[in-house]
Amino acid sequence: MKTNNALIPALAAIAASAVAPAVARAQDAARTIDQIVNENVGAVTGPFVNFIFAPLPGTTFPWIVLWLVVGATVFTLYFGFIQFRAFGHAISLVRGDYSNPKDAGEVSHFQALATALSGTVGLGNIAGVAVAVSIGGPGATFWMILAGLMGMASKFTECTLGVKYRNEYPDGTVSGGPMYYISKGFTLQGRPMLGRFLAVMFAIFCILGSWGGGNMFQANQAHAQLVNITGGADSFLSGNGWITGLVLAGVVFVVIVGGIQSIARVTEKIVPFMAVLYVGAALIILGMNADKIGWAFGQIFAGAFTGLGVAGGMVGALIQGFKRAAFSNEAGVGSAAIAHSAVRTNEPITEGFVSLLEPFIDTVVICTMTALVIVITGVLIVDPATGLYAWSAEAGRIATVGDVSGVALTSAAFANVASWFPYVLALAVVLFAFSTMISWSYYGLKAWTYLFGESKIVELSFKILFCVFVVIGAAMELGPVIDFSDAAIFAMAVVNIIGLYFLMPIVKDELDSYLSRLKSGQIRKFAV
Amino acid sequence: MSKRIFVVAYGGDKRAVVNLAATHARREGAKLHIVHVLEWSPYSFLTPQELEERHARRKKEMARAEEAVMAPVLTELRASGVEAEGEILYGSAVELILQVAQEQDAALIFVGRGEASLGARVFGSISIGLAQAAPVPTVIVP
Repeated sequence: MKTNNALIPALAAIAASAVAPAVARAQDAARTIDQIVNENVGAVTGPFVNFIFAPLPGTTFPWIVLWLVVGATVFTLYFGFIQFRAFGHAISLVRGDYSNPKDAGEVSHFQALATALSGTVGLGNIAGVAVAVSIGGPGATFWMILAGLMGMASKFTECTLGVKYRNEYPDGTVSGGPMYYISKGFTLQGRPMLGRFLAVMFAIFCILGSWGGGNMFQANQAHAQLVNITGGADSFLSGNGWITGLVLAGVVFVVIVGGIQSIARVTEKIVPFMAVLYVGAALIILGMNADKIGWAFGQIFAGAFTGLGVAGGMVGALIQGFKRAAFSNEAGVGSAAIAHSAVRTNEPITEGFVSLLEPFIDTVVICTMTALVIVITGVLIVDPATGLYAWSAEAGRIATVGDVSGVALTSAAFANVASWFPYVLALAVVLFAFSTMISWSYYGLKAWTYLFGESKIVELSFKILFCVFVVIGAAMELGPVIDFSDAAIFAMAVVNIIGLYFLMPIVKDELDSYLSRLKSGQIRKFAV
Repeated sequence: MSKRIFVVAYGGDKRAVVNLAATHARREGAKLHIVHVLEWSPYSFLTPQELEERHARRKKEMARAEEAVMAPVLTELRASGVEAEGEILYGSAVELILQVAQEQDAALIFVGRGEASLGARVFGSISIGLAQAAPVPTVIVP
């Protein structure tokens, strides 16, 4: 007995001394895993990022932002402000007023829109806006809204083409998206080689985008918010992004590889609810600060043209606004055309009308809410002496309460009003991130199979790579991730918008034909 | 005068409702119109993968319903001398059965009653829905 009594503490001591360094080593190893991932991925993606965001010669204005603005403007003018003319008709289509009851059981306009929206309403709306406002000042919001309104025309063009030139297979499944409309449309116009080249380029960028913005950025910001609510720098998750990454990757794996659609379906049901909750919470905060709304819009308008002390001035606000809007609503990028192409309709143009609601909901409504909350709650620090925003040169943005950016800034803004809100936000962020990842895994997969053919092994290899990138994304610092996400997604827009310029006369013919038949009463609502 | 039409809401498992309708149809020389509804909402949420496969799935579901539900019933009814037609529809069962009853100018509706689950008690069931809204006499078959 005596020996035993002495033995137990001794064994415990030995065990403890053996375990403690192992734990410490594991933590060291974890830190270094994060750092290694950061350095390596940063080094690989650097040149690509630099090319995409290269400024126009002699200015600080990235050529890619101009590219998107010009694209959206061209489509807006070419289709005669279709986003405003067809807005009411779009809502009518979503309500099913023009759907043939005999087609019940097929994908409805509402479903295509909802699925496409769950792919776009994500962290761009929560974290991206915070980035835009903290770097570009409140004025960035003005440009973001403008970009959202103009982007509606880009979305209209690409989604119409997505349905018109989709592939329908004998078993009834469909595949659509820019790679299909560019190659088919260009072939019809007598440019098969150029079409094939652009389609392949698009597919490559789409795969990169699905790993970047559709995946790594989401995982990264979901992790950031989880760290934030579990104690910030003291959290056990802090610096251990790979833990969040592995868990997220596991769930994504089960859904996209295991085919457990039920998990995805549950998320798809929760996401609209979260979106309503998010907008609702924002509205409550705005309601509580109703007296400041006028002031906030004043800040937004003034900031849009003067910069209010922001380093880049008006141009800085404009660049940030347009960048974040494009990243959030993906207009001109071509991704939504992939999701929208599954709808059942005899009129491809109807899906174009429906899709133009997407940037409106995503950017004009949801992003604006986030921006207003950030501006109104005063988490951006104003220099009392000058009345301008205090610029933190070190961080490259406006100084903020708690010195945070991205999703943490949005969280701080909401916490100003209700201390428990960051928990709700964390849930929303994780779910938004998850549903966006599921959507983008599909977009990327479509591009992947376009390049490598449709087979089980080809699909599986993409899906496994996708899950690996979830872990990498969660482990990286915000800087390299956000840059790479942006670059990959904007690269898609380069190819897609070239395609749209060539193919827009086809959309114009469809539009004219449809509108004249709508006017003559040939197309009319089905009696309920 | 054309034959009276009885609309039968047939879920696919309980034959009692069809049998009772057939007895009455034979007695009154009426024609049966069998409706089988596949529950579907155009406002449900689907993943991109499901969007892609929806058209193919719908074809399969239709074929399965036709083969496993509708065809056996119609064959049996016709063999026993009852004139019968069938229709497979997507949507909300109560709404669609009411709609068909109107279109067919039905004289009677026959509907089966399912298990009284908690969900059915809270949200109502097809038989309760029809009992509340049917424009013609409705027979609920346990």
